[in-house]
Amino acid sequence: MESTFLDSTELVLNMGPQHPSTHGVLRVILKLDGEKVIGTECVIGYLHRGVEKISENRTYQMFTPYVDRLDYVAAVSNGLGYCLAVEKLLNVEAPPRAQTVRVILTELNRIASHLVWLGTHALDVGAITPLFYTFRERELIMNIFEKYCGARLTTHAFRIGGLQYELYDGFEEEVKQFCDVFLPKVDEYEQLLTENRIWVARLKNVGILSAEDCKAYGVTGPVLRASGVKWDLRKAKPYSGYEQYEFDIPTGENGDSYDRYMVRMAEMRQSVRIIRQAVARIPEGPIMAKLPKVIKPPVGEVYVSIEAPKGELGYFVVSDGSTQPYRVRVRPPSFVNLQALDKMARGGLVADMVVIIGTLDIVLGEVDR
Amino acid sequence: MAEESTGGEKQKAVSSQAAPKPAPTMTTKPWESELTRRLQERFGDQIVEFATYLDQEFLVAKPEGIIPILEFLKAEEEFDYLVDITAVDYPTRTERFDLVYILYSFARNQRIRIKTRISDGYKPATAVGVHATANWLEREVFDMFGVEFAGHPDMRRILMPEEWQGHPLRKDYPIVKQDEGWVRENLGIESGQ
Repeated sequence: MESTFLDSTELVLNMGPQHPSTHGVLRVILKLDGEKVIGTECVIGYLHRGVEKISENRTYQMFTPYVDRLDYVAAVSNGLGYCLAVEKLLNVEAPPRAQTVRVILTELNRIASHLVWLGTHALDVGAITPLFYTFRERELIMNIFEKYCGARLTTHAFRIGGLQYELYDGFEEEVKQFCDVFLPKVDEYEQLLTENRIWVARLKNVGILSAEDCKAYGVTGPVLRASGVKWDLRKAKPYSGYEQYEFDIPTGENGDSYDRYMVRMAEMRQSVRIIRQAVARIPEGPIMAKLPKVIKPPVGEVYVSIEAPKGELGYFVVSDGSTQPYRVRVRPPSFVNLQALDKMARGGLVADMVVIIGTLDIVLGEVDR
Repeated sequence: MAEESTGGEKQKAVSSQAAPKPAPTMTTKPWESELTRRLQERFGDQIVEFATYLDQEFLVAKPEGIIPILEFLKAEEEFDYLVDITAVDYPTRTERFDLVYILYSFARNQRIRIKTRISDGYKPATAVGVHATANWLEREVFDMFGVEFAGHPDMRRILMPEEWQGHPLRKDYPIVKQDEGWVRENLGIESGQ
């Protein structure tokens, strides 16, 4: 008898690249046995713009705006990492005032990034309400960015050596006010979700990644911390004066989607804590280190990384002594974390795919570069 | 790039009396510690150099030594997190590519780099057996530089389309270059520029 489609137990299902829950142009090919996922394969590169190639054809300063377009919901973090890497290559440090402002803006950006994640992820799972609230608060952050540097999303807030712009009048008050307004809102999001039966049922024990697997796959950021590893580059290798601030590293226990959610919620509160300390003591002084107009780092190579909202964001920059980088390698947290998707999804249900992609919190601009 | 370098050679030939300007190199400092002593003892002449640049530690090893060193560092020195694998292209060198492995140890809070030089066509061994994360990282190096890793379970392109010709991050691949055949066939346009 001829075998038909109905006889086969395996089904190959295509998800994306145009799919509302993949948060961009991610394509995942799923191999299914009934509703069970028995294998996945990611197809990426749809958003590849050759950023690393572009860097070799621009001067150091000209390349700065390009890095904003990697993780476009956390542009400030990308810029910080790149500026720190070139500053390391030049062996200069941004002045204290610039460093403090950098910390404030980067932490605001971390909150903004987590808010986008929370809103869209909750939407994927079926909770429509949080999206409106999270974007409402994110708007306050966007307004601060806009007032500071004129841009909301691709901010280009920092320059190599410090900052381009002095703070606007009333910056401190506005940031303080944001902190006061925002902190109770986190509790409100939690009221909607944390003990919500559907939310818990969809997230608990879904997409478990153990600490060992995290290390094997190089997974960093909130995903690693949710697996119980208390590791944050802001503490492990402090930069921009993070050692001066008091904050905790929230961790989870099970490494499931629910823990990743809890870790990110706690991280937003910690970010507020850092911002409050930083804004209370912005030192006076210059905002730009003494640097020549033409930047020509000596021949050499450095690797500098920061704790971006998604994990370890590293820049490996090679200088040949000219005005243009010889090579800029971006070590993107989203790209590396995405590799663990298969490990997390295997054995789960199709419906869980959406939850797992959601709590991985990837941005395709950074995966594909 | 190619034009510049030949121009430079001509100039050198003409004005040979004038002291030739030495090519600038990285001014490194030696790196000495308990760890380097143990590595030296274990791997001997497999490791060419221990150095630091701006307080960042790295070692230069022969390409055959990379995987044993990674294994040793993971098993006995707690370097359990492979941060990144990448390459740098120096087309004028005989050993054309620098392969760079960045390692981190959670227990020591220490980050080191392992570098090696390979020529075009040399197939370095894969690190997937030691660190699972090497899978995609090596695929990206293959995609961008055309360095094939021997023993890799899935040596395909990762960011560029699979049928694409050429490896974009090589220095002899101009920034405006594209695989015209691929663009015409798949996008139905004459040029993507």
